Amino acid sequence: MKAMEGELLKIENLSLSLGGRQVLRELNLKVEPGAIHAILGTNAAGKTSLAYTIMGISGYTPKEGRIFFNGEEITHYPIFKRAQLGMTMAWQEPARFEGLTVEDYIKVGMKEKDPGLIKEALNFVLLEPREYLKRVVDKTLSGGERKRIELASVFAMKPLLAILDEPDSGIDVLALDHVVNLIKEMKRRGTTILLITHREEVAEIADKASLLCQGFIVKEGEAKEVGEYFKKKCLPCPVYNPEEKIEEVVEEK
Amino acid sequence: MSKDYEYMLKAYAESGGAPEVFKDSRVAHLVVHKNKVYGSHTVKGLVLEPRETETGVDISLLVEKGQKIEYPVHLCFGVLPDQGVQEIRIRAKIEDGAGVSLLAHCIFPNAVNVVHRMEAEIEIGNNAFYEYNEVHYHGTTGGVEVVPKAKVKVGDKSYFRTNFSLIKGRVGVFDLDYEADVGESSVLEMTARIFGYGDDRIKIREVGRLSGKGSRGLLKSRVAVKDNAQSEIFNELVASAPEARGHVDCVEIVQGNARAKATPIVSVLNEFARVTHEAAIGRVDKKQVETLMARGLEEEKAIDLVISGMLK
Repeated sequence: MKAMEGELLKIENLSLSLGGRQVLRELNLKVEPGAIHAILGTNAAGKTSLAYTIMGISGYTPKEGRIFFNGEEITHYPIFKRAQLGMTMAWQEPARFEGLTVEDYIKVGMKEKDPGLIKEALNFVLLEPREYLKRVVDKTLSGGERKRIELASVFAMKPLLAILDEPDSGIDVLALDHVVNLIKEMKRRGTTILLITHREEVAEIADKASLLCQGFIVKEGEAKEVGEYFKKKCLPCPVYNPEEKIEEVVEEK
Repeated sequence: MSKDYEYMLKAYAESGGAPEVFKDSRVAHLVVHKNKVYGSHTVKGLVLEPRETETGVDISLLVEKGQKIEYPVHLCFGVLPDQGVQEIRIRAKIEDGAGVSLLAHCIFPNAVNVVHRMEAEIEIGNNAFYEYNEVHYHGTTGGVEVVPKAKVKVGDKSYFRTNFSLIKGRVGVFDLDYEADVGESSVLEMTARIFGYGDDRIKIREVGRLSGKGSRGLLKSRVAVKDNAQSEIFNELVASAPEARGHVDCVEIVQGNARAKATPIVSVLNEFARVTHEAAIGRVDKKQVETLMARGLEEEKAIDLVISGMLK
């Protein structure tokens, strides 16, 4: 079945349970091609679960609903097939690999192994290629370095859709601007971004945003508008503050 | 050049060696097929004396006081026919202030019933170093029994380092047993990387005794087994001197019906010493595999890449 024209990613009535707990509830989402679309939410809102479900990570098979990518239903596709269609993900806490160099790691996702693009990607995240290309993607890298390499590898892959799970976490202030520039550059080169974040100031770079709360999308619209709503209604999060009522936030669902 | 020597060099190249080094007068070398010495060359400061025996070769290796051998000594041991026994005995002495690196290729490409035993006694003086890198190249039948044993004494302010690699071809039966005593402010590093499949049997026993003040020790094992292969690793570090520090690091990846066992033993006999250990056995890490799959690799290729990285 083909998705409607004008959407790169379309999610219909998606529900997901983990360990008997429902984490995504009848979720609908449309992401337009070429856009930066932010998924904003506090901790435990279901943001990462949504990212994993879209990417097809094991254990995140939806009990209901369908996912379409570039016109093709991918709900039950394995991860690599989704990636081969042009989708990838930067993990919030990326894996480490003994014996695999930064250069080889970045190359994995690249169709054309262009050394110039690898260097460009590293420069974008403020990592000097001469210093990093032959380093190993293992525990000798700091969390921030590993995170930036993850973003560089997504950049070099030139995917149709990049799911970036909290790309700002663990990144120092100096590098954050470069990460933001990298995301904008990816968009400029034609990659659609699904930007997962809990910071409204990061979501501001998006064209559109969806506010996720308790597995529901409770608000959608222009990123600025959703960001302001988030700041007003979700900080502090009523889910974690019993004096306020979550219903107020969820009622708009 | 005899046919067998030509075949040895060909197999040596296939195992990753560079045969042109045997023509380089700056590089010491020794080529042994079964119990025959096919080639031998030494350099200033290094005494390298092979003696053929009924079943192998006895080798006397001496690095003279203060001499640091500039280029790694290339050793090539092999049995080309499908059957045979090769017993290598090495007596090595590295005098004070001296040092040498050795690169040994052990080649058994056609083995159906081949036994390769290596027995080494290594004495390293003070302010000296000895590095031994051993790469094995086996055929696909699994008909090799490899039994390397070494007893090492490391003096003060010295280091001893071994890197053992067996990742091409079937392991067959492998039974490594190394023991080292480490002196004051000296360093011991022993690393083994092995990939077993079919019905391969892998056994590694490494013991480091950190008996000198401020000595350091690292025992590192990386083993991947699949099919019906089995591996057992015993790593033991004993720290008996003040400021001695050691670490045992063992990772085994298991696929299919393979079995793996790790026994890290750490003993501390001095209140100012410290030894740590970590051991992980199991499937390939799911997150690593899924990360690579999210870049477009099929699951099997992702697993292969994780394993080959670990064994690199």
